Amino acid sequence: MGSFLIRRLVQGIVTVVLASILVFFVMRLIPGDPALLLVGTDASAEDVERVREQLGLNEPLVQQYFDWLAGAVRGDFGPSFTKGAEVGNLMRVALIPSAELAVAGYVFALAFGIPLGIVAGLKPGGPGDYAATGFTMFTLGIPNFVLGIILIWVLAVLLGWLPITGRVGIDEDPGEALKFLVMPMIAVGAGTAAVLARFVRASIMETLNQDYVRTARAKGLRERSVVMRHAMRNALIPVITVAALQIGFLISGAVIVEVVFARPGFGSLLIGGVVGRDYQLIQGMLVVLVTVFVVVNTLADVAYGLADPRIRVS
Amino acid sequence: MSTLVDTPGAPQGLRQRFGSLGFFQEAAPILRVFVRNRPAVVGAFLLFGFGICAAFAPLIAPADPLTTNLRLEAVFQPPSWDHIFGTDAQGRDVLSRTLYGARIAWQIVLAAIGVAIVLGVPLGLISGYIGGKLDELIIMRIVDALMAMPGLILILAVTGALGPSITNSMIVIGIVWSPGYARLTRGIVVTIRNDVYVDAARALGATPWRIMWRHLLPNAVAPIMVLASLSAAGIILVEAGLSFIGAGVQPPTPAWGGMVSEAYKTLIRRNGWPMIGPAAAIILMVIAFNFVGDGIRDAFDPRLRNVR
Repeated sequence: MGSFLIRRLVQGIVTVVLASILVFFVMRLIPGDPALLLVGTDASAEDVERVREQLGLNEPLVQQYFDWLAGAVRGDFGPSFTKGAEVGNLMRVALIPSAELAVAGYVFALAFGIPLGIVAGLKPGGPGDYAATGFTMFTLGIPNFVLGIILIWVLAVLLGWLPITGRVGIDEDPGEALKFLVMPMIAVGAGTAAVLARFVRASIMETLNQDYVRTARAKGLRERSVVMRHAMRNALIPVITVAALQIGFLISGAVIVEVVFARPGFGSLLIGGVVGRDYQLIQGMLVVLVTVFVVVNTLADVAYGLADPRIRVS
Repeated sequence: MSTLVDTPGAPQGLRQRFGSLGFFQEAAPILRVFVRNRPAVVGAFLLFGFGICAAFAPLIAPADPLTTNLRLEAVFQPPSWDHIFGTDAQGRDVLSRTLYGARIAWQIVLAAIGVAIVLGVPLGLISGYIGGKLDELIIMRIVDALMAMPGLILILAVTGALGPSITNSMIVIGIVWSPGYARLTRGIVVTIRNDVYVDAARALGATPWRIMWRHLLPNAVAPIMVLASLSAAGIILVEAGLSFIGAGVQPPTPAWGGMVSEAYKTLIRRNGWPMIGPAAAIILMVIAFNFVGDGIRDAFDPRLRNVR
């Protein structure tokens, strides 16, 4: 387990570093002079030159990369070219609303997807299975932003039950905050719920065919305890990996959903950066997001190792 | 002659000397499994339909997709016989735009998969066949890094930064999807690179390029096709998302994601009718690709071949 951990850790660090190189140099392919973006087109040539000097844009690219990386490790991603603030501060402000949405969406996906998969997997071909299959098929086909808009149209515009867009902080007014969170949460989590439901269903069906389940039944255990003690525990182990890997997709998906619901957060910030060609902002955010991805994936592997005794031993 | 060659017990050498079984004979069992899969057939018909829409959009479409009509009574019409999906904020016929949108969708899916295959497959072949440090330390680490990145976010950032356009979308989506093809191809090559026929080719003095092209690649074609059909749905979703945000195909070109975005802007003030057509098209096409992808995957699975 120890060497496995170290190997995963090294692999993760290599991935982040490679990603940072990739992101940095791709962003440098963008046409246009960032210094000009920062000072505006009517600035004098000396001003532009001064800003170039300040940003280190006259250094060789490799030097620039290492300067930027050294800053990034300390949380200093340089100034945003369009927002008039430090990239690091912009991200810190955007973190809370985004984390709120991602956590809510994930909790929804787990709370909805796993039970659905269990119901479907225990009785394949039954009504629960049909419901689950229908839900999965539809949800895997619908882009999350379309789902979000349909929710808005039905629940907010036609029925008027929920506020349309925007956000109230959980710390300000929890009840009100939840009202704003319900629709984006479903839009973000539904896809993950579908993936989980499908996977849990398959996993349970497979486990119920195992020899030890037959043994458990043959020795006269009640069906309840066969399912709960023998089948379920083993069926849900591989789910850990899938569930953890889904966190990444969920964060990606939240970017677009945030735009639909006009919520402040990483999504709006990133798209603002893209529209304004603010590469300092984009590269900072990408590196942070990739790091989150890698950390989550590594934790997923470790969690799987801890949950599965066969891996824990070796 | 054919009886001898086709007998299941016939030595492998005979089969090879007298040529392969022929495309149709080899494809028949694959097709049989595919056709038995009802969702896959439905999906295939849907995709065929979308293909017809794309190919003959100018003939089928009742109106020009770009002609606007800003008179008050012409915009935001609900569905009617004249405009089956209604009209949008600029009085354009939504059905016509949806039909033309099928062109964009098909173009992007095919081009992006093409880019992914052209980049990923040779990389996987080389990495798997040559092996060693190049494989373990360089190519596969780059592949890992690319796969560990949030695809949609990466595509969004790069297309946005390079300037949103249909060509940029195709290329960047293709690049982001290519590591999957590299990894798949490498995996296959690694398992077969020491097979006897590869050794034989090497002993006969075949160059590495020839071995990769003639002996290794054919073994990877079927899995690559399966992966291609499975990636199509994801590509449609990502492209729709890009166009929705404004980082993909630019208006007034009718891309479904962009059409949903335009309709969404006026959803609250007016009505949601202009959204129905493009949203339904995205959903149907993604579901169709999912069905067909699953069907092709099962069809190439030899374990399912003799199941009745």
